[in-house]
Amino acid sequence: MHLLLKQPSVLPGFGLTLGFALFYFSLIVLIPLSGLFVRTSTLSWEQFWDIVTNPRAMASYQLTFGASLVGALVNGIFGSIIAWVLVRYRFSGRSLVDALVDLPFALPTAVAGITLTAIYAPNGWIGRYLEPLGIKVAFTPLGVLIALTFIGLPFVVRTVQPVLQDLDKEVEEAATMLGANRWQTFRAVIVPELWPALLTGIAMAFARAVGEYGSVIFIAGNMPLKSEITPLLIMTKLEQYDYSGATALGVVMLLVSFVLALAINLLQWWSSTRHMQQ
Amino acid sequence: MSIHVEHVTKRFGTFTVLNDVNLQVESGELVALLGPSGCGKTTLLRILAGLERPDQGRIFLHGTEVTDQRITERRVGFVFQHYALFRHMTVADNVAFGLNVLPRAQRPSAVRIQEKVHELLRLVQLQAMADRYPSQLSGGQRQRVALARALAVEPKLLLLDEPFGALDAKVRKELRRWLRRLHDELHITGIIVTHDQEEALEVADRVVVMHQGNVEQIGTPEEVYENPATPFVYQFLGDVNVFHGRAIQERTIANLPPLPEVDSVLPAGAVDEREVTFVRPHDLELNRYRTNSEQFEATVRYILTAGSRVRVELVALESEQTIEVELTKERYRDLALREGEVVFVHPRHRQVFKIPQS
Repeated sequence: MHLLLKQPSVLPGFGLTLGFALFYFSLIVLIPLSGLFVRTSTLSWEQFWDIVTNPRAMASYQLTFGASLVGALVNGIFGSIIAWVLVRYRFSGRSLVDALVDLPFALPTAVAGITLTAIYAPNGWIGRYLEPLGIKVAFTPLGVLIALTFIGLPFVVRTVQPVLQDLDKEVEEAATMLGANRWQTFRAVIVPELWPALLTGIAMAFARAVGEYGSVIFIAGNMPLKSEITPLLIMTKLEQYDYSGATALGVVMLLVSFVLALAINLLQWWSSTRHMQQ
Repeated sequence: MSIHVEHVTKRFGTFTVLNDVNLQVESGELVALLGPSGCGKTTLLRILAGLERPDQGRIFLHGTEVTDQRITERRVGFVFQHYALFRHMTVADNVAFGLNVLPRAQRPSAVRIQEKVHELLRLVQLQAMADRYPSQLSGGQRQRVALARALAVEPKLLLLDEPFGALDAKVRKELRRWLRRLHDELHITGIIVTHDQEEALEVADRVVVMHQGNVEQIGTPEEVYENPATPFVYQFLGDVNVFHGRAIQERTIANLPPLPEVDSVLPAGAVDEREVTFVRPHDLELNRYRTNSEQFEATVRYILTAGSRVRVELVALESEQTIEVELTKERYRDLALREGEVVFVHPRHRQVFKIPQS
């Protein structure tokens, strides 16, 4: 009996590469993650439930996922505008701006956190003007939101940009020739083309923000029940040698992240198959 | 809607795409802009549509100047070479687009739009495809959708930019006949851009031959084919044998091969003017024996009998120039030609162009 997975192919090495891929994937992803579950399973179901539904934990989920979602949506809007400007207009310094978009990717997150804190602190460059208006950014959930928006930006720009680039100019001209004004053309012709990529970008920015730690802890102030994110709560538990408690929260994060990753993949699949290319 | 193009010039950087183009199209005509790629025909079409602005010159549609008018005010339908359909919309939605974007006051009711879409899809014979997406259609079907979409807003002028250029030969032939019938039915003024001479000659009332941003000749298909005004037009429309020669005083000595005493005789005194003689392959006659002094000898190199006519490729003995001749099947049978034989070639009809010395 032949293995059903194996199909005749001109490319050699199917067995070898598949074997290696599975081994590597297990080593890097599956084994560490299963460790999480093994460790958590030392807790009884009641203990586990107590830890993950503790008010402090619940508040941290709310902040982590809430701020991540809002940050991702903000990126969805402004990231699209940046991508639009980068693709559609030619101006001096364009390639510089294009390169700067990747900075949140490349910058160590701690550096980003410290910088943001310095700027938004009550005596910082921007913070000092917001202070009289009664807006506090640093050490509040708003600061968390700003940090999460900062690190998520490249995801939206980099997913929307290539789609905008490939957009057929003739399609827009066709819409114009049929009497559509700029807004109608944008809404009826450009947005539907952009939509799948934009959704993917937002989902990726969201997923990235959920896992963010470094940049947030500096600006958040980390007050329990107020401005404490889940990754920090895990860190706190680790520092108190509460490994099982940390892994319990880790399991919750893992499950949510997994669902998100699945959703991103579905979105990508949807966007690539919805309309076959002309 | 009549079109009047006056001294239109367009440059892209230092490259002149259109050089002082003048054109007059009567209401209800179907005119073809014909030329090789890069001759400016598409740019002229886009200027008429309002998608490009001319650097100089003026455009009149139906007697009104539209040079500075917005696209939407021109009431012009445009069909793109690569269809430019909205791929996230069904065929019906594509066709309805132009009606759906009308201001509310002018927009027909939803029911009326649906009827209209149905009507148009019947016109382009795609009623059954209304709910499909463009990706599920063949190239020919997509272009018909694009045409229905352009017609939905009832344009007074229809511009077609190489509409059948991306389709295979058979579909192209079918579609251009169909387009011609459609035009006769709708009496809409139309301009079709093409680089396919056969297409231009078959579909259009008049043909505008363009070359390097200039209009070379305007005329009915018959006129441009039978009486080409310039060497370029002669060469562009159909196959042709080119003989380069020199005219010396009242006698032409054609170098390759000798074709003495051509139609035009130079005035005495004019010295050393270069000239080109054009002869269509079907205007060359083959004979086994010398019958007059205008003949030259050539070796039969290759005979292609497939098709309605027989194509013979010969090499002139003296000049070694390759010559193409087209014979009827009957003539070919009478001659009983074989490859490698030497025969006499004689031009029945030819046209000579003087090339001004630069």
